[in-house]
Amino acid sequence: MAGLAAVRFRVNGVERTVEAPPVKRLLDVLREDLQLTGTKEGCGEGECGSCAVLMNGELVNSCLVPVLQAEGAVVCTIEGVSVDGRLAPVQQCFLEEGGAQCGICTPGMILATHHLLEKYPQPTLLQIQEGLAGNLCRCTGYMRIFEAVRQASERGRD
Amino acid sequence: MAKTEAPKPILGTSPLRKEGVAKVLGATRYIDDIALDGMLFGATVRASIARGRILDIQFEQKDDLGNPIDWSKFTIVTANDIPGENTIVHLTKDHPCLAAEFINHPEEPILLLAHREKAMLPAAVAAVKITYEEWPGVFTIEDSEAGIERAKAGDETGVIWRGHGHGGGNNTFKTYCMLKDQTEIPESVWAEAAYIVEGEYRTGAQEQLYIENNGVIAECVVADEAVQEVTVQGSMQCPFYLVHALELVFNLPADRCRVIQVETGGAFGGKEDFPSVIGSHAALLAMKSGRPVKMTYDRAEDMVATTKRHPSRTRHRTAVAKDGRLLAGEIEFVIDGGAYATLSPVVLSRGVIHSPGPYDWPYLRVDGRAVATNVAPHGAFRGFGAPQSIFAVERHMDKIAGVVGITPEEMRRRNFLKSGEKTATGQHLSDPVDLQGLLTRALREADYHRKREEFARTNVGAVVKRGIGFASFFHGSGFTGSGERRLNSLVEIELNAEGMPNILVSSTEFGQGTNTILCQVAAQTLKIPYDDVLIAQPDTYRVPNSGPTVASRTAMIVGKLVERAAEQLCVTLVGSGFLAEGYTGEEFKDGAKRYLAANGALKASVRYQAPADIFWDDEQYRGDAYPAYAWAVYVAEVAVDTRTYQATVTDFHALQEVGKVLHPKLAAGQIEGGVAQGIGYALYEKCVWQNGRMANNQMTNYIMPTSADLPPIHAHFEEVPSIHGPGGAKGIGELPMDGPAPAILNAIEQATGIAFGEIPLLPEDIFARMTGTDGAEKLNPDVMEPAIAAAVGEVGD
Repeated sequence: MAGLAAVRFRVNGVERTVEAPPVKRLLDVLREDLQLTGTKEGCGEGECGSCAVLMNGELVNSCLVPVLQAEGAVVCTIEGVSVDGRLAPVQQCFLEEGGAQCGICTPGMILATHHLLEKYPQPTLLQIQEGLAGNLCRCTGYMRIFEAVRQASERGRD
Repeated sequence: MAKTEAPKPILGTSPLRKEGVAKVLGATRYIDDIALDGMLFGATVRASIARGRILDIQFEQKDDLGNPIDWSKFTIVTANDIPGENTIVHLTKDHPCLAAEFINHPEEPILLLAHREKAMLPAAVAAVKITYEEWPGVFTIEDSEAGIERAKAGDETGVIWRGHGHGGGNNTFKTYCMLKDQTEIPESVWAEAAYIVEGEYRTGAQEQLYIENNGVIAECVVADEAVQEVTVQGSMQCPFYLVHALELVFNLPADRCRVIQVETGGAFGGKEDFPSVIGSHAALLAMKSGRPVKMTYDRAEDMVATTKRHPSRTRHRTAVAKDGRLLAGEIEFVIDGGAYATLSPVVLSRGVIHSPGPYDWPYLRVDGRAVATNVAPHGAFRGFGAPQSIFAVERHMDKIAGVVGITPEEMRRRNFLKSGEKTATGQHLSDPVDLQGLLTRALREADYHRKREEFARTNVGAVVKRGIGFASFFHGSGFTGSGERRLNSLVEIELNAEGMPNILVSSTEFGQGTNTILCQVAAQTLKIPYDDVLIAQPDTYRVPNSGPTVASRTAMIVGKLVERAAEQLCVTLVGSGFLAEGYTGEEFKDGAKRYLAANGALKASVRYQAPADIFWDDEQYRGDAYPAYAWAVYVAEVAVDTRTYQATVTDFHALQEVGKVLHPKLAAGQIEGGVAQGIGYALYEKCVWQNGRMANNQMTNYIMPTSADLPPIHAHFEEVPSIHGPGGAKGIGELPMDGPAPAILNAIEQATGIAFGEIPLLPEDIFARMTGTDGAEKLNPDVMEPAIAAAVGEVGD
């Protein structure tokens, strides 16, 4: 097929090369070409954050990223957060505090939290609220998520 | 063997969510994460007019960009392909699976397409050109009522739904009359009342906005040119509803229609009735193509075509004594059901029963009506009619208080229902009810009195006006009226090969915690560790019909059945001598395995038994509407910025009595999440309608609250165990949707001095009222509170 580009990038610590139309969404490349289905589509227009991944350390909505833009990038998805299937502290705190209900926003929310705690290891409530404002959750009303972030921040300090 | 201590009670504690680890790992497989070999993708060709008749359907040979379309590569399904009845059945058969001739709403499905490549579908959908004879549409409650009136004079052009055979009337899906004590209000009550207070209140449609859109995968076994079996897996609340729909569409017995719920990314009622539509559609494509077919909607299609909360209009006329006591009430409650009946009659019923609020009305008449419009059918959404009618009564209570000249608090205190009194349906409240105590505590938790006094003072001349308000309300747990008797739910617990109990129910997990609480109930009843209890994936070939996962019924009704099934399992194991009293968790497993070795299998099975003292009379519409009620008082604090006209909730206290709290963290999560949806309902979420179609069907312009928009939400509980639920639990899921909107508007009335009666209340609505640009009389600064006069003056200049 015409118009395929070979795109090389590092996903969850592994060098990957995919042949894809250059404007194919990073979201679809992750889900379809790499079978990393932990990244979810909620709205397809960058509003809900369900598809959020870390690209070169920045939180991006992968539904808005043409895969060509990921050439040479370092990408981390939810599958790259845990270590050998063991929960990272952020994941453990979401689990314990009830930060995940239906779970569909959870991968994006956990990556957003990861990003937030990198930026502010001990965030204020306002920093948490603003840091997660690009990730919509319809189940929790966010209160348990804030608590999970606070707990993760505490653990990070220990 | 050394005995260990029996496990501590697990009910009332917060063990980890059963499916939680997979969720935080991102390893959970939702429907769009599943692919089957040879699978096609399906799409829907929908109407482009609100009302009319199909004249012609053409398949263009080129798409809109001029690229040729190879139609031979598409599977195409029309109404003619349906092997059974062309209907999506809920309560009636008025709702076609695919439109064959008539169009009744702008998203009416007409054709289905499937293709190996999903990317090929949008252009093909657009290349199906349909011509219509278009008729004038009916888009609002008032349009619908006008159509009924004109029909009385012989002009039936405004009649879009005829009641024939469906139990309704022209444009009317259902009516109810709830007449307290079957006694009409005597004229003398109106004549002698100190005050007669009237009010009209409106609520808008609301989108459920689960983050995972509707989606299914269907498979179909065809042999001898006949469908032998249909299987649908997908995102849904009620697998047996879809079985019932498939039975009719495919003319198959229930045991040939298999439905499997996969992990579901939020539902809130939006996946109660709609999966019957998308599930039937995907199954038809699977039948025609001979391949598995996945249908998943994108956000725009999900928002524009699937169900929403019913818009409503409520009118109150109330006779009040000089001291604020209610003497009599007339309530007219109308909901807009959209184009087909779907669940509107039952939504109406819950709305009617909740419309009087938790008050003692000496005389009361409620007339409820669900009307038809040319918009996509409205359906279930958390609260199911109650948030609409409770919004009205709780705004009206504040209005009456103002007329009488007493505080909103005193107004409620003089009229609250008490233990031993009767509700409007004549239900004797035999369980303890302490609304006075709840109100006292809620107002204390929120520091209401101090703040109300402070805001009244500080609002004078302030640019940002503050207010605090509350709503008191109840929510019935379980199906309305005789619903639970009809459901006749069945629950089973079996032992697996490792001697672990496995709960078999059709109750589904979609975030609210079904898996976790049912396992807690079984663990506590069996006196074994929570981790040793399993719950099966809802697969209708494997689990019994324990009813739909709706109506705040899972914890109380299904939970009670799980408790009874666990008791039965325990009795069998102990009675047969394989288990000795005082067993440990390990001994339970050993005993269970020995029982299995000797007897092959063990499955405890229990069916719902209506409590002997619960009666409901469908004809008279009276009796025990629900086995139990949750009671609540919610307090909202707001700030209204008189420069931007934005109202923001700045603090929120939610106090409820829901019986025993089974899992404090999940329970708080239910309340907080429901309150957030309620705040969205009140202040953010507006469906913009254009000729019957939702125009803002995107997350970009349909605004739900983000983490930055919400106040601290404090969930408080009073625990009064109920005999109806396991460990004393009652229902909790829908309750938090009921209180926020009226509490917020009551608070905004304190802040602005304006009695808004309609939600959603957006900044432009506040602007219009405060500046008089809504056509209403501009507020007269001379009779306003000084605070408001200042605010209006500021913008007026």
